Amino acid sequence: MLSLTCPNCGITADETDLHCDGQAHITRHGAGSNDDDLETYLFMRNNPKGVHFERWRHVYGCGKWFHAARCTMTLEVFGTYSAQTFEPPKALINKIKKKRPEFEGFVK
Amino acid sequence: MKRYSAFAIAKNALTYHQGWERAWAKPEFKKEYDVIIVGAGGHGLATAFYLGKNFGITNVAIIEKGWLGGGNTGRNTTIIRSNYLQDPSAAIYEKARSLYETMSQDLNYNVMFSPRGVMMLAQTEAEIRGYKRTAHANALQGVKTEYIGPQRVKELCPIIELSGPRYPVLGALWQDRAGTARHDAVAWGYARACSDMGMDIIQQCEVTGVTQSRGKVTGVQTSKGAIKCKKLGIVVAGNSGHLADMAGFRLPMESVALQALVSEPIKPCMDVVVMANTVHGYMSQSDKGEMVIGGGTDGFNNYTQRGSFHHLEETVRALIETFPMVSRLKMLRHWGGIVDVTGDRSPIISKTPLKGCFINGGWGTGGFKAIPGSGWAMAELMAKDEQTGLAAEFGLDRFQEGRFIDESVAAGVAH
Repeated sequence: MLSLTCPNCGITADETDLHCDGQAHITRHGAGSNDDDLETYLFMRNNPKGVHFERWRHVYGCGKWFHAARCTMTLEVFGTYSAQTFEPPKALINKIKKKRPEFEGFVK
Repeated sequence: MKRYSAFAIAKNALTYHQGWERAWAKPEFKKEYDVIIVGAGGHGLATAFYLGKNFGITNVAIIEKGWLGGGNTGRNTTIIRSNYLQDPSAAIYEKARSLYETMSQDLNYNVMFSPRGVMMLAQTEAEIRGYKRTAHANALQGVKTEYIGPQRVKELCPIIELSGPRYPVLGALWQDRAGTARHDAVAWGYARACSDMGMDIIQQCEVTGVTQSRGKVTGVQTSKGAIKCKKLGIVVAGNSGHLADMAGFRLPMESVALQALVSEPIKPCMDVVVMANTVHGYMSQSDKGEMVIGGGTDGFNNYTQRGSFHHLEETVRALIETFPMVSRLKMLRHWGGIVDVTGDRSPIISKTPLKGCFINGGWGTGGFKAIPGSGWAMAELMAKDEQTGLAAEFGLDRFQEGRFIDESVAAGVAH
């Protein structure tokens, strides 16, 4: 059972209290954008073996969205952070790099 | 290759069964092949088999990082059906189902195909309308299915509880020519036939890179050294995104865990496959007597081949409502596989931005039933280098053009 700490309310919740909504930090493209951008926004996804940044919602709790950095090979959670940001915090990236020297940094 | 037959068994019995030959060779790989297939699961082996059988291309290597058929081919619930809503899906799954009917003869390997019938329960008003619509669509597609009422459901599967408290059984979509097959035997049968055509199956050899020159694929780097090829087929299910990364393109796919479990063996009590999509569980009885149970996927990206325990609980809870007798069963084993799910829940059998490199993946939670049809389509795509035949509609470009084969809406759930 995954357990993540919601940065909004501070509660550490089991995955049954949470909902994952896939890759975080996706650039949104609206009507009027070209086909490539729209396809990338709607369908193309990072699917790494390793560190993944994703959106979670504390559905059976405070109801708020947040972001998490997690390893898809070990299910280790590196940390959670506010959803009101365009990229993961530097401190979190450094923490991951210390644990995973092969991690090349955040890729959008 | 010596043929398997009743006579061969009798003859070998006289020599204490010491005379059987290996089912497939264990070759050293050559420096160069016409075609390399990455992934020796059902889909990869079927692709190689039909490249040889339909197009005479036999200078082929099939590379596998683990052991043959050890991925999702050995981890599914063995259900075979073709009652899909959209035309391109019905065409490829029906081709697969019809190839399963003659597979044991075609491969001279008993895959134990059992056309016992599959019913998909309608437990809400919306599902009744949905399945009636599918039955009509199937009639137009030439796939034999019918919508049946609750009394017929009870006749076909007496252990079912029709008047459950939450979701009573209101009817079902019934496909009597659907069923199950022995999953390992499908991989083994194809492997034996491929080996017999002179193809090399190389196990415990992980692909670590794709080499290219001027936008064209030239070979692969592996844990056992470099191998050159003219064409490359990536058929690796959950690892599609990982391999695409090596080849330098992105995919509209995410990999998640799907779990299944089996009970202790009991006496025969159920001779059909039942799927209950509203409560989300499905069940059949294996020839050994175990109840084989499957459910839904986990909600997050995962490569661990382990799933979340609460999903099993939800699946079993749903099945106890529909089949009260299973509440007394002990569960023996449970396992997970990594499935690659696309945006429209339909597979990708496609050319890629890298010339000479083809991909067959995105079968999501329903790949086993498609193995022969998938191999048939992928072989035609690779041999002709043209998005044609059964693969015509399954190209990668459909996501840009909005030509979806939307089975997520059609099925309402993972399928």
